[in-house]
Amino acid sequence: MLRIACPYCGTRDHEEFSYFGDATQAYPDLGVEHHDAWAHTVYTRPNPRGIHSEFWQHTLGCRRWLVVKRHTVTHDIESVVPAAQRALP
Amino acid sequence: MSAPQPAQGGKQRLASGGRIDRSKPLTFTLDGSPYQGFAGDTLASTLLAHNVHLVGRSFKYHRPRGIVGSGVEEPNALFTLGDGGTREPNIAATTTELEQGLRARTQNAWPSVSLDFMAINSLLSPVFVAGFYYKTFMGPTRKAWMFYEHFIRKAAGLGASVADFDIHRYDYHNDYVDVLVIGSGPAGLAAALQAARAGADVMLVEQDFELGGALLDCAAASAQAQWLAHMLQEIKATDRVRLLTRSTAFGIYDGNTVGVIERSAPGVADPDFGVPRQRMRTVRADAIVIACGAIERPLVFGGNDKPAVMLSSAVGAYVNRYAVVPGRRALFCVNNDAAYADAIGLAQAGAQVQLVDLRPTTAAALLSAANNAGITVHHGSAVTQVRGFQRANTARIEGFDSNTGRVMGGAAHHEVDLVAMSGGWTPTVHLSSHRNVKPVYRSDIACFVPGAFDRAQFGAGSMVGEQTWDGAIASGWAAGAQAAGVLSLHSAGEAPSLQDAYGMAFVPAGPLRSPQSGGKSFVDFQHDVTVDDVQLAHREGYVSVEHLKRYTTLGMGTDQGKTSNLNGMGIMASARGMDVSLAGTTTFRPPYTPAALGALAGRNVRGHFQPERLTAMHDWHLANGGVKMEAGYWLRPLWYRTHGASLSEAYKAEMEFVRENVGIADTSTLGKIDVQGPDAAEFLDRVYVNGYSKLAVGKARYGFMLREDGIVMDDGTTTRISDTQFFMTTTTAQAAKVISHLEFLLQVVWPELRVTVASVTDQWAAMSIAGPRTREVLQAAFPHLDFADAALPFMGLLDTRGQGSLADVALRILRLTFSGELAYEIFVPTHQGLAVWEHLMQAGKPWQLRPYGLEALGSLRIEKGHVVGSEMDGRTTLGDMGAGRMASQTKDFWGKALSHSPHLQKPDRPTLVGLEAVDPAQPPSNGAILFFADDEIRGHGRGHVTSTTFSKTVGKAIGLGLLQGGTVHVGQEVVAASPATGRQYRLRVVEPCFIDPQGVRYRV
Repeated sequence: MLRIACPYCGTRDHEEFSYFGDATQAYPDLGVEHHDAWAHTVYTRPNPRGIHSEFWQHTLGCRRWLVVKRHTVTHDIESVVPAAQRALP
Repeated sequence: MSAPQPAQGGKQRLASGGRIDRSKPLTFTLDGSPYQGFAGDTLASTLLAHNVHLVGRSFKYHRPRGIVGSGVEEPNALFTLGDGGTREPNIAATTTELEQGLRARTQNAWPSVSLDFMAINSLLSPVFVAGFYYKTFMGPTRKAWMFYEHFIRKAAGLGASVADFDIHRYDYHNDYVDVLVIGSGPAGLAAALQAARAGADVMLVEQDFELGGALLDCAAASAQAQWLAHMLQEIKATDRVRLLTRSTAFGIYDGNTVGVIERSAPGVADPDFGVPRQRMRTVRADAIVIACGAIERPLVFGGNDKPAVMLSSAVGAYVNRYAVVPGRRALFCVNNDAAYADAIGLAQAGAQVQLVDLRPTTAAALLSAANNAGITVHHGSAVTQVRGFQRANTARIEGFDSNTGRVMGGAAHHEVDLVAMSGGWTPTVHLSSHRNVKPVYRSDIACFVPGAFDRAQFGAGSMVGEQTWDGAIASGWAAGAQAAGVLSLHSAGEAPSLQDAYGMAFVPAGPLRSPQSGGKSFVDFQHDVTVDDVQLAHREGYVSVEHLKRYTTLGMGTDQGKTSNLNGMGIMASARGMDVSLAGTTTFRPPYTPAALGALAGRNVRGHFQPERLTAMHDWHLANGGVKMEAGYWLRPLWYRTHGASLSEAYKAEMEFVRENVGIADTSTLGKIDVQGPDAAEFLDRVYVNGYSKLAVGKARYGFMLREDGIVMDDGTTTRISDTQFFMTTTTAQAAKVISHLEFLLQVVWPELRVTVASVTDQWAAMSIAGPRTREVLQAAFPHLDFADAALPFMGLLDTRGQGSLADVALRILRLTFSGELAYEIFVPTHQGLAVWEHLMQAGKPWQLRPYGLEALGSLRIEKGHVVGSEMDGRTTLGDMGAGRMASQTKDFWGKALSHSPHLQKPDRPTLVGLEAVDPAQPPSNGAILFFADDEIRGHGRGHVTSTTFSKTVGKAIGLGLLQGGTVHVGQEVVAASPATGRQYRLRVVEPCFIDPQGVRYRV
């Protein structure tokens, strides 16, 4: 059981959260002229052995979207921040 | 005839001593025969008290087998306990706390364990080698195995599983503790006391029914027993330690979460009063001390599986804890100091004891203690063979060179009735290994110990290789301090020493085989794996420990090789001429000991298997013939028994009265989302493919939203309640996904938009009333409202209130249609849903208003060509749905960019078509693959059938499908082939709208 420290609610079991995936990509503007940037955002995913930034939503809690930095080998969680405050690489 | 009386306590029982309560006799039956033991006994100790050693037959050879151990390591003494739904197979007698009326049965023998006809397998043993079943029966075809498997499973195996419902309750419990200590031996108790004194809230879990671990197996007058009593007092005095007995920590998971199964004490579980039989605890601990001890290893010699060949530690436990003498003429064969105490205990209980030590010498003090107890010690010797049929009766002793590991000959034979063996100790590294901590080999003590522990986890005692009582205590004390340190709590003080110097130091021992010894030497008792099997695996190339395990089934039994793994690896390593440290261990996975599925399921059984969502009108449906079906967690009426004898009869009737008269359906399960804020319209413009900012207040619009990859996510109608408020509906299935999606967009992508969204699915009940008579019904039901086309046009809204008895009721009436008939969706607050529904049913009586179910609802929409999840299946685009023109050309929206990807724009993508049966006897079936008339029938074809029904209006079986080229093929015949049934049939392609394509019927 991952224990995720929600910045709003405190540390909770991962069963309260929903996983969404990679949080390292910026979302381009919506226009068709940004097709290639969107293809990169949607399909080019890092798959690190190590710390991974990923979206989780506290669906059974405050419903805030969070960015969790999780180690993909040990499942250790390095940090949890509100998704709006995520730092893009 | 009176039942035979059980013997009092058993003739092998000592008159005094032990931890049993002689004032509480308990009676139980084994295969129907009564026996008596005492409170504090296990099933195994009671059987030994009655001199019962033969308790089962082995898995493959059906050899007579006896009790080997005294705890969770037991490979042989497995019984089926209980009856009916509470029957449990393969329960170890050594961990079964005796209770009044217990019913135990032996397993894997016919007709009985003392006369087992399957023992013929033992004579055939030369052919029953590793891999035998597969080599012999797999044959060239799969059929051979299918045929033989049944017989093999009958002949080889353990107890039978149970299919009946278990009447007992199993509970679930969440725990949050500062420090969790696993194990209550010397290390665990020391850790718990130290952590508690530092101020931590401690939970200590012990799998046994009594606290003390290995301390319990020491004589009552021993320093160990006194230390245990003292420590328990000290721990209770702190008032910070929760002590849980009968509680097995079966696995350690991410985030310092530990799975614990707590069993209730005998006689406590009561299904009638909801007192659980077992309780599954999920323990979240800030720090964990793992002090789960070590398990003694057998020695590997010929006939080491005979009944009355036991682990030395088990003999010690039976004598000291249970006051049972398992044999009167005993021979110990050991390679370490620790086993001497067991031999001395047995000698002091009155048995004649000899001790064979593999080592050339023993410490003088220990040797004189043994001699003083009357024990003859033979150094530099080994037991190489034990004979006897249903019980060991002769042991052969030969010289042994501990430097070379070689048997030197010079055989002497001794008459015995008990052989105790100790090949050293294997630390219980299971729990730490669950966290992917690899065990590392320590050659000085010839065993694997845990590598570096996971964060905030600490090991203590013999599980980390401590060899002495005081070493275990000191390591527990240190681990307790470290665990408290995780919470920044600190404590001082000295570990309470026990002053006992004898350790477990020993020499490693391989198989003890003399050149002339015959008979099998067992490595894994439960799965009948011998030294020869391991060596055969080596010769055939299955040399890695994981291959060895799977090829020979070594360590795959209910005991998971607790006594056998290391011996097997040692034998393989020496066959390979390598050090066992290089061989590594197999992977340890939870559960540490078998866990009852009931405990894992907890209360989530039967009606509580998953949550149920019920609409406000649920009870009405059931009372009026509704037949419920699951739709996600929702229960919805599929059809009504009042409209036909079967589903296929009823839904056609229900469709008919909607098309010709009027019907009402419960649509409360639709997802409903309240969207508010100054930028709400702008937000919806970006979310939907079509525009909402120009939608007038009081008007609804149907729209699609896409995923970021350009695939359709969902559809629904959204109504403008005010300039800044919209009421969105989603499909039932996608409701949760859509609200999360909207929240994601607002929180992550467009935080600058001043919009909030809230799910109001549970707040609004909904009903869809449809059919040509609908307007009359509504006008009668709500005479204060005007339902004329001019007042409430198609896609219009009445956001109002009821009248009279419904004066308090908010009514949100939308003129929408799913069926293609004149129809309205009425939303009311959930708590008033039933009242409004019943009001409508009453008002609709003159027009024979009747309810229709989900099947009719779905069939009406097929006739109309409306798409649902079967078509929006997560792979299809707007264009595939035939709705490409809905996408705005003048604004951008989520998913637009990638919807223009070449692969989503290919002209040969399967798109929506209508399908009609050519032959009425050959209706289309869902999932059938579509082919053109001259195609070869293979592969993925040109699309598939997505939805089917029978249309009375059309007079045929009809359906919707996705077909390459779509409606270009209208009028053509295609072939539908069902890979599931092998059936092929012809369908005609038509427009995906079977009735009223101009929409005349609902615009009245």
